[in-house]
Amino acid sequence: MAGSSTSYYFVIIGTKDNPLYEAEFGSFKQGGDGIPKFREEQRHMNQFIAHSSLDCIEDQQWASKEMYLKTVDKFNNTWVSCFLTGGNIKFLLVHDTRSDEPIRQFFADVYDLYCKTLMNPFYEVNMAIRSQTFDQKIKAAAKKYL
Amino acid sequence: MSSTSRARLGEEVWKLRTDKINAELVTLTYGSVVAQLCKDLDGDYAEVNKQLDKMGYNIGLRLIEDFLAKSNMQQKCANFRDTADVISKVGFKMFLNITPTIVNWSSDNKQFSLLFDENPLADFVELPDDGKAQSDLWYSNMLCGVIRGALEMVQMSVDAHFVSDVLRGNDTTEMRINLIRYIEDEMPQDDE
Repeated sequence: MAGSSTSYYFVIIGTKDNPLYEAEFGSFKQGGDGIPKFREEQRHMNQFIAHSSLDCIEDQQWASKEMYLKTVDKFNNTWVSCFLTGGNIKFLLVHDTRSDEPIRQFFADVYDLYCKTLMNPFYEVNMAIRSQTFDQKIKAAAKKYL
Repeated sequence: MSSTSRARLGEEVWKLRTDKINAELVTLTYGSVVAQLCKDLDGDYAEVNKQLDKMGYNIGLRLIEDFLAKSNMQQKCANFRDTADVISKVGFKMFLNITPTIVNWSSDNKQFSLLFDENPLADFVELPDDGKAQSDLWYSNMLCGVIRGALEMVQMSVDAHFVSDVLRGNDTTEMRINLIRYIEDEMPQDDE
């Protein structure tokens, strides 16, 4: 199973549809090693898939009261899950197996981390997130839930 | 007044005679002041430190009166060690609800360090990674000015500066305070 374990592409999108942060990780579940197994041509496809899902999100965002919109788009065997913050910042996760609950928990942690980043006086809305601590914590959250 | 009764006094003033304010409001307000200074002064962090110290100084000049009124300290501090104790256990307790640890006394009892285990001003803060801020900016420098200003109003001329800060990646946040002299009653300068 380890060879075919799930891989994830995670991106935070700002209010102007600009990317703020991106990361790739593999699953730690079922003996996964946490290393993403995307094929090289898949990696930039992920960015396209995430980007093209933004329209779907706009269609769906007013239909739900929840911030977690679950899967919003599907392309071949890839799903896109979305979490929309009150400030219209989007967390997108591109993944190749469906599992709503762990992703919800992951997004909840990310939301927490994002809020803390936003509280940093030197950080401004829509600024790319370069903090290494943030990066490490996101990866720790991924390891915990995905 | 013993050290423990000072701790009790600080606790009491904090509980009964202090208006509380949301911690995030303080953190964000202070943070935006520092961030704005950094922007206005174009990343000249030495100047930012200086301005923060100046602001603190002006706060200190007023704050000491509030401090004395609320704490109702009757006794004068007998020596600089007492002063340090009061600053930590009553002063910081009363205004920020923290009690920095007093360490590293110099042999002549004129210098000591305050170790900040927690610093409400610096919650959530990460210094900008422009290669300069980490080495030049003392984020909480306003505190130095506050102490300098406050002590000056009670006849103590001191120098206060940070020597380490966890925001810079140091293990501790340490402020060094150095008593320069007790100010004797003297005629103001240029007073004919």
